[in-house]
Amino acid sequence: MATQKHTIVALVMDKPGVFNRISSLFRRRGFNMESIAVGHSELANISRVTIVVDGSTVQVEQVRKQLEKIIDVVKVTDITLRDTITRELALMKVHANSNTRSEIIQIVDIFRAKIVDVAGDSVTVEVTGDSSKVETLFKLLKVFGIKEIARTGYIAMTRGDTASL
Amino acid sequence: MKMTGSQILCESLIKEGVDVIFGILGGSILPLYDTLTQYPQLRHVLVRHEQAAAHAAASYARVTGKPGVCFATSGPGATNLVTGIADAYLDSTPVIAITGQVARPFIGKDAFQEIDITGITLPITKHNYLVTDAGQVAQTVKEAFYIARTGRPGPVLIDMPKDVQVDMAEFDYSTRLVMPGYKPTTQGHPSQLKKAARVIQDAAKPVILAGHGVIIAEAYDELKEMAENNQIPVITTLLGISAFPGSHFLSYGWLGMHGMACANMAIDACDLVIAVGMRFDDRATGKISGFAPHAKVIHIDIDPAEIGKNVKVDVPIVGDVKAVLKGLNKYIEPKQNPEWLSHLEALRLQHPALHIGDSDSILPQYAIRKIWEATEGRATVITGVGQHQMWTAQYYTFDRPNTLVTSGGLGTMGFELPASVGAAVGRPGEDIWCIAGDGSIQMTIQELATIVQENLPVKIAIMNNGYLGMVRQWQEMFYGKRYMATPLACPDFTKIAEAYCIPAINIKHRQDVEPAIQRAIEHPGSFLLNFVVEPEENVYPMVPPGASLAEVMETPRKEVLKWPRKSTL
Repeated sequence: MATQKHTIVALVMDKPGVFNRISSLFRRRGFNMESIAVGHSELANISRVTIVVDGSTVQVEQVRKQLEKIIDVVKVTDITLRDTITRELALMKVHANSNTRSEIIQIVDIFRAKIVDVAGDSVTVEVTGDSSKVETLFKLLKVFGIKEIARTGYIAMTRGDTASL
Repeated sequence: MKMTGSQILCESLIKEGVDVIFGILGGSILPLYDTLTQYPQLRHVLVRHEQAAAHAAASYARVTGKPGVCFATSGPGATNLVTGIADAYLDSTPVIAITGQVARPFIGKDAFQEIDITGITLPITKHNYLVTDAGQVAQTVKEAFYIARTGRPGPVLIDMPKDVQVDMAEFDYSTRLVMPGYKPTTQGHPSQLKKAARVIQDAAKPVILAGHGVIIAEAYDELKEMAENNQIPVITTLLGISAFPGSHFLSYGWLGMHGMACANMAIDACDLVIAVGMRFDDRATGKISGFAPHAKVIHIDIDPAEIGKNVKVDVPIVGDVKAVLKGLNKYIEPKQNPEWLSHLEALRLQHPALHIGDSDSILPQYAIRKIWEATEGRATVITGVGQHQMWTAQYYTFDRPNTLVTSGGLGTMGFELPASVGAAVGRPGEDIWCIAGDGSIQMTIQELATIVQENLPVKIAIMNNGYLGMVRQWQEMFYGKRYMATPLACPDFTKIAEAYCIPAINIKHRQDVEPAIQRAIEHPGSFLLNFVVEPEENVYPMVPPGASLAEVMETPRKEVLKWPRKSTL
């Protein structure tokens, strides 16, 4: 069965253990989670979870239904086929010396990323964008040597007037 | 009025209509047990192992339709519940498990008898709670019962720290439940009902596949109406047995690994499967790619996640089985199906369900058939797991609704005795027969003490073949007869029974079977029958693991019993 990356948005009750319930479900049912990002939503006591899951349409449909069975999960939407804005934030600490620093700054500028910290032999770059932008910048900076990288995982939202619930 | 957490819990249980609790106490639940002395209307049944408390509560729930409640202490008490909770989870049974926990300041400190039971039971409960405030107790209990009994039922665990049990709070049970994440669908969508009705109308060779959901929803009449009005044969799953009268002329037995050959063949030949409250378990479907290869599938279930999980479905209907069948029956024009029925009738005659060989020794099938005769098929029958379970499902014909209590999804050996406790408490005055395996019963045999202490008239019939029989059968068939770890040295079960003051007899010859069963029936209390049966008898029919239902292997024996029939065409 052909697999594809799906973006799932879940609104969940802001209660202890909810994250555990979700991750435990993925583990025990063998669902393949690529990325997960959690934060508050615009609704009181409700958090928004964005999950990227790799699987066939049938498998991802199971993921959605199983997530909905969790009592503390309020709503689950697969927004893969919708018109969406997806963003990820990454911090990359890159090797830099007097010879390479200006070249790095040029690349960072082209990507409309930012240098947020400079030290003796490194610069730290902050980039936001969709996955391909973050990946491409990562590849370009890799030649200078990456000391450390931190990524948030994707968050996503449909375009237009739709609301969470 | 201010009350302790324990009093609030007891008051809440009473509000939920609870009148019996199965459990064992210990350090962390002592305040709650002390409070039970103030509530004589809450009967406490003391079991001898917490696993039995969970099984008994589940069995009580299955025979009464009300959630069953069990209590255990923290640590080992709580972990001992796990098997019983898992069993209830897989068989969609409403159980409320209440566990003591160490006091709040000790949580997370590896205190004596502290265990993270909410973490442990997370994948085997429908939901669970750690109550951290006495003021939350009432609300939690109310939610727990609502979750356990509605939608697809299941177990809910409430973990109560010892200091929460004694803290004071206001008792108020009138608060409305606010659960935005839990809204079970009960009514089938009208357009899906109409679509299903058309598909049923167009089918030439339909079968109904009835599961446990029919029993849970008590949709017996609706199921019968659909079957009779449209002349559709009914096949059940193992847990669906007794959802439809076994001797009804449209009953074609149950399907799956040890189901009737004619049922499996009918599934193979049909052009429409109307699956009602069942979940296409692998033991029921056989090889999934070979399941009902010519059929469309209508799947009615209250759990949306079951639809399309194992089998591709043409018409899904999410809803309560009773409501959906009621709605569906309105849309279907009554119809006759003489050709299909006569084809199936021929299948049934060529592949009869019941075979009992002629033998001086006792064949387990014979003993079970005689129990069926002696109880006039009216008993509530509880089994463990293994060969005796399959023979009971085959050779006891269930005509009364909801009269077989067996462990399906988890397949828990040792289920029978504790489940008999729950069934006997839930159905006082009725015939309760525990059909046990010699291996299975030894896993929970301590519950004989509970039967005695509570004076429960459970008739126990052990099919004693000196083996872990089902595993031995697999070793014989698939592992070159290498009987690794299956021969059992059994105790003299009659002496064990006597030690518990339960009268018991050994039965070794065929002619002694009927008088022994009569003696057990005539005795007013519990009675144990140890049937020493043919040791290497196998369960047939059998669909070998990995094979499709059509590849069913039938018994090599010749002699055949007549299929029990009550009504006719």
